[in-house]
Amino acid sequence: MKARIKFSKCGSMRFIGHLDVMRYFQKAFRRAHIPVSYSKGYSPHQILSFTSPLGIGLTSDAEYMDMELEECPEPEKMVDWINSQMNDEIRVKDFVLLPDDSKPSMAMLAGCDYLVALKPGKVSVFRDRKDMEQVLVDFLAQPEILVTKKTKRSEKQVDIKPNIYYLSSSMEDFQVQTGREYGSLCIDIEEYQPVIYCQLTAGSVLNIKPELVMQALCQFVDTPYDPLDYQIHRLEMYGDANGKKGEIHLLHDEVPCELVPLSEYQK
Amino acid sequence: MSKRKLALSDEILLSVEKPARYIGNEINMVKKDPAAVDVRFCMCFPDVYEIGMSHLGIQILYDMFNQWDDVYCERVYSPWVDLDRIMREKHIPLFALETQDPIKCFDFLGITLQYEMCYTNILQILDLSGIPLKASDRTMEDPFVIGGGPCSYNPEPIADFFDMFYIGEGETQYRRMMDEYKEWKKSGGDRIAFLKRAAQIPGIYVPMFYEASYHEDGTLASFEPIVPEAPRTVMKEVEMDMEHTYYPEKPLVPYIKVTQDRVVLEIQRGCIRGCRFCQAGVLYRPIRPRKLEFLKERAIKMLESTGHEEITLSSLSSSDYKELPELVYWLIDECSKNGINIALPSLRIDAFSLDVMSKVQDVRKSSLTFAPEAGSQRMRNVINKGLTEENILNGAMDAFRGGWTRVKLYFMLGLPGETYDDIEEIAILSDKIAREYYTIPKEERKGKVNIVTSTSIFVPKPFTPFQWARMNSQQEAVEKRNFLLGKVKSQLNAKSIKYNCHDADVSVLEGVFARGDRRLNDVILQAYKEGCIYDAWTEYFKYDVWQKAFADHDLTMDFYNDRERSEDELFPWDFIDCGVTKSFLLREYHRAKEAVVTPNCRQQCAGCGAARFGGGVCTEKRESAV
Ligand code: B12
Ligand code: SF4
Repeated sequence: MKARIKFSKCGSMRFIGHLDVMRYFQKAFRRAHIPVSYSKGYSPHQILSFTSPLGIGLTSDAEYMDMELEECPEPEKMVDWINSQMNDEIRVKDFVLLPDDSKPSMAMLAGCDYLVALKPGKVSVFRDRKDMEQVLVDFLAQPEILVTKKTKRSEKQVDIKPNIYYLSSSMEDFQVQTGREYGSLCIDIEEYQPVIYCQLTAGSVLNIKPELVMQALCQFVDTPYDPLDYQIHRLEMYGDANGKKGEIHLLHDEVPCELVPLSEYQK
Repeated sequence: MSKRKLALSDEILLSVEKPARYIGNEINMVKKDPAAVDVRFCMCFPDVYEIGMSHLGIQILYDMFNQWDDVYCERVYSPWVDLDRIMREKHIPLFALETQDPIKCFDFLGITLQYEMCYTNILQILDLSGIPLKASDRTMEDPFVIGGGPCSYNPEPIADFFDMFYIGEGETQYRRMMDEYKEWKKSGGDRIAFLKRAAQIPGIYVPMFYEASYHEDGTLASFEPIVPEAPRTVMKEVEMDMEHTYYPEKPLVPYIKVTQDRVVLEIQRGCIRGCRFCQAGVLYRPIRPRKLEFLKERAIKMLESTGHEEITLSSLSSSDYKELPELVYWLIDECSKNGINIALPSLRIDAFSLDVMSKVQDVRKSSLTFAPEAGSQRMRNVINKGLTEENILNGAMDAFRGGWTRVKLYFMLGLPGETYDDIEEIAILSDKIAREYYTIPKEERKGKVNIVTSTSIFVPKPFTPFQWARMNSQQEAVEKRNFLLGKVKSQLNAKSIKYNCHDADVSVLEGVFARGDRRLNDVILQAYKEGCIYDAWTEYFKYDVWQKAFADHDLTMDFYNDRERSEDELFPWDFIDCGVTKSFLLREYHRAKEAVVTPNCRQQCAGCGAARFGGGVCTEKRESAV
């Protein structure tokens, strides 16, 4: 039986790498007596997989994990059961049972929402800037947005403009753009000024990290980019309802993508 | 949601290896309001987090302290070298994991002393905390620094750095210490006043209340208390009631993988064997098994509260736990229901252990472990290790028939009275095991046999029959190692035998600290100031700095290692009474020289002195001498 959970990760837990978060869940599931299925063999392990591992230092209100269960008599109680064994910095927000033939969320990921916030105490040209929204509009109005993407061996220039769906400095506007409600967040955004919201393509083919957008934005206003200046927080992860196997639809394509949060996908 | 504050900034945490070492908040971490308790205690393991978190002793004491409403016990481990550098550069004070508060604001800093090579890490902890390194320089602003654990049985080389040592098991006298502390705080007395109270608690040693003098030849002439409150001998503390004592139900569960990433069930304390090189075998006498029912109950509770996927049994010699088969089969049953693995401790190879091993491990991948410790039967008699060649070969053969092909063998080099013939026997024994394997017809064998032979350098320890013995020099150790390597290579089955050995430089220093005296405090202090920390880690061990520190203080390592000590020599640790008498140890030393074995406690009481604690094996009914 397949299921998916959505969880948040914040505070000091941002320093726990994703392999350790996996171990954390395995132990929590055992404490909570969740009937997770085990692989066979001498050292059986629980069948779990993350949609998209979160880097060390980042926080999130929308992490997803797929799991195999032996049984699930009371799905509506699962969130509470699991949370009874979670610390207060990793909390389960949603639990859904999936059809048996559903694909792993890892393979379906098509987009992500992020919030990028300037940390308190950092000196920056963005600090208390009144025209932030205009800067973003100008930034997006460029014909192309070129950044150098570094991989292990090569460095190449890529145009990330098609990968930025929305960009805003106001939560209200961003919610209108994406058509979503983010509810209360586990990050205290009052502490940060300014905060930038973005919706970006994600997944194995078109994964654009918010760091790359920030790097491009800094380049645009001609200021050095220091990744340690910003707190990045994931707000949502989506699958593409129009995406079939092997096909990629961008927002402005003829057949545009239709982003559905992973917790609602295949429901 | 209230946010936990962290002592280190994001920048720092993101720039060091494994930031999870420094953030606390592990599952089952105890949260209390520090303002609402009378005593703040910080427990320290002076090594990296992954090692320290594997120590059962701290888990026990952490649980004990935190059961008391008036005490809040927190933890600290040695910052790894990367963070160490940053903390020094930025003057960041060392902090406890729970509240992330500076160590300096605690009432007590308790440091566990498990291994001599951690001594410079103790200074690192004190230094980063901003606590004066020498106890005599501390003021009312500083915590009381207290040491405990196996190395506190010869605390002299580090005596200057501690206000107190607790000799023995922490379960028994800490409540009293906390109460004395609260009374002292109310009384408004000074530091010395508290230490005088503490010196009267059984098991507590306050080094500044004692004075040592030396003979011309460097040996100890006298060691006497200089205040009336300090006792002449300090008696070790033992927990005799293993059932109604502290044992955690909710051990801490780290986020990152630590060395012992599993539930640890301490099945008994102490050992009946009496191996003459083993310090733990003497210190924890008499053997005290825990009740089977108690262990079953705790196993379930700890698995429930941690969610660990593995459980292991801990003791000095698990095969001597009488109800071991019952316990292990019960565990196998219980664990198979829940996908939990059993990590077996090393067991004597027999029908029972082979059966359980085949049930819980993949026979093709797991190995058999033997610790003969010495190659020849004569040497095994010298060290009183009851394992015979016949035991080993028969055990190995049974295992080979059961499908095992990997064997690990542990030996020591440099044992007292060892000859080159004895060393050659190590290679011969390794080869005999391989030959045994190849007597199995080819069709029935599972490929090649794989033997790993390891040697460590014997280090004489206080409170063992070998405390009088001379330790091999580094050069001798290297020569013996090379000799053995040559002998291994010339065996018929040399291709099937891999030989590993332990670093000789580190062992020399371990030997010095193990049987050292007070004069070493300044040597350790200098070595630390000149950059030595993490000496237990080969990549950070700076032998040349140590050599210079000894020379600068007109001391030699040879004085401590390179001589057989005379039978009437006063040892720096003689003021400690561990229950086992010096006359028993000396008797055992003589028997060792004659290569005569002494029966184990269950066969026949050897009259070691530990019977005075009035329990454990000493009062067990013996079936009959075997
Ligand atoms: C678990 C374990 C490990 C774990 C965890 C680290 C550790 N030291 O615990 C791992 C696998 C990482 C490990 C590594 C090593 N270990 Co180890 N380890 C053990 C083991 C099996 C159990 C320790 C334990 O938890 N005991 C049970 C508790 C209850 O006893 P305790 O620690 O003595 O604590 C009690 C009292 O001493 C007292 N107490 C202890 N600390 C304090 C502190 C204060 C302030 C107070 C007041 C009281 C107090 O109260 C406690 C409760 O009663 C022992 C063997 C054994 N069975 O004892 C070896 C042992 C401690 N290890 C040993 C060795 C040699 C090593 C290594 C050097 C091996 C190597 N070559 O790498 C490393 C060194 C690492 C290090 N920095 O210590 C030796 C130490 C010998 C020595 N000191 O000369 C021992 C004794 C094994 C042996 N017989 O040789 N080890
Ligand atoms: S008194 Fe006898 S039985 Fe007790 S520990 Fe000593 S030798 Fe063993």
